[in-house]
Amino acid sequence: MLITCPYCGPRDVIEFTYQGDGNRERPDPASQNFEAWNAYVYDRLNPAGDHNEIWQHSGGCRAHLRVVRNTLTHEISSVAFASGDHGSTARRKAEDKP
Amino acid sequence: MAEYSAFSLLANALKGNKDWKPAWRKPDPKASYDVIIIGGGGHGLATAYYLAKEHGITNVAVLEKGWLGSGNVGRNTTAVRSNYLLPANTRFYEHSMKMWEGLSHELNYNVMFSQRGCLNLAHTPAQFDDYARRGNAMRHLGVDAELMTPAQIKRLIPALDISSDARFPVVGGLMQRRAGTARHDAVAWGYARGADRRGVDIIENCEVTGFLRDGDRVTGVTTSRGDIRARKVAVAVAGSTGRVMRLAGIETMPIESHVLQAFVTESLKPFIDTVVTFGMGHFYMSQSDKGGLVYGGDIDGYNSYAQRGNLPIVDEVMSEMLALFPGLARVRMLRSWGGVCDMSMDGSPIITTGPLPGMYLNCGWCYGGFKATPASGWTFAWTIAKDEPHDFNAPFTLDRFHRGLVIDDKGQGANPRLH
Repeated sequence: MLITCPYCGPRDVIEFTYQGDGNRERPDPASQNFEAWNAYVYDRLNPAGDHNEIWQHSGGCRAHLRVVRNTLTHEISSVAFASGDHGSTARRKAEDKP
Repeated sequence: MAEYSAFSLLANALKGNKDWKPAWRKPDPKASYDVIIIGGGGHGLATAYYLAKEHGITNVAVLEKGWLGSGNVGRNTTAVRSNYLLPANTRFYEHSMKMWEGLSHELNYNVMFSQRGCLNLAHTPAQFDDYARRGNAMRHLGVDAELMTPAQIKRLIPALDISSDARFPVVGGLMQRRAGTARHDAVAWGYARGADRRGVDIIENCEVTGFLRDGDRVTGVTTSRGDIRARKVAVAVAGSTGRVMRLAGIETMPIESHVLQAFVTESLKPFIDTVVTFGMGHFYMSQSDKGGLVYGGDIDGYNSYAQRGNLPIVDEVMSEMLALFPGLARVRMLRSWGGVCDMSMDGSPIITTGPLPGMYLNCGWCYGGFKATPASGWTFAWTIAKDEPHDFNAPFTLDRFHRGLVIDDKGQGANPRLH
């Protein structure tokens, strides 16, 4: 399986660490909403098909990536930096490369 | 009289083996049943068997989308053990172990249960202390456990590298002598025949496509072979739990599906007569009765419904094998396969009434579904028949996460890929 890091280009999956389900939304740290915390920690969508997930390019640029991957075929349809702002700058840099 | 006996073998042999009955019928689905079990794997079939035998509920259908036993019951590495730390797990798996000890007799079907022992290797003094703690916890609950020294281990497994210049020297191990392996297909076939002979309809090539509802209450299923009604619908579909629960309108579960690979080598002369596990990574191996070494390691570690693996884990498992057994470097791997596990948030299973009225759920087995087959079927049948759990599965509820009562044997937190 290859993941195309927006900064480093296509690399083997062994360079990446799976950080889990990207659909989860962490509640505000000050929040005392029990249901929201419970859902964040324990509930998973676990779809058979496209799955929104977080990977870290731990053996490369160390960026956190938001990857959409099909859980039936392992086909990856999109990779972006997990952090939007940082992502847009870095993606420009990647595009500038020859 | 038992269907398989010395006499029936001889009589059929003399008659050219023409009079054996099929082990299970191929009935068409009826319009309704008392209980429908979705999933014709080990757990579903065992559940049907115990519903009929222990509770007299025989108007039961087992619906299997493929052929019988085509899922995880035929895709595992066949190890059976009860060496857990936490009491809920130890009690449950020890009950399963006791059932394994009588299973061939109970089913009149040779499941080839072989109590060859299961040895967990320790590679650091701290890990050895941890195993001592686990062994003591097991013995408190009446389960056999013994610590072994490297010299004892070398006598048991001569091929193991226990030298001090091994990459991960062996400092000791925790042995459960009553653990072992069983013939996984025979377990499915034995339970299938036992259930069939008691009147259960086993319906293959029948995929569940939806649930019939009356308000909240589940009243049956829609399938590729028509609608089937039932007073109770039980779900035991292992790695497909997420998909099937979505058909019932349940979008999230405390489960992720991950693929777990396994491997087998070409046949060798007797090489190892126990199950051995590597404590420094994740590796387990035994030798099948046919001679192949059967082994596996970690799950691939990201959500997957594909019943096949990826190369990085193959590479990792082979490295771990060679760290323990350098002598296997030139043995050829015959084949590999992948099964889909539903990894739960605490590494422990869910056997429960609900989550909808009229529904019963058995899932979340992580790596450990095969050894649990008898007790899983037995407690799930109890739960379905009585609408309440047995003491053995009372802790394994779906809402234990919500209530803060997780059963996290490895202490990894809500991180499925680490259990």
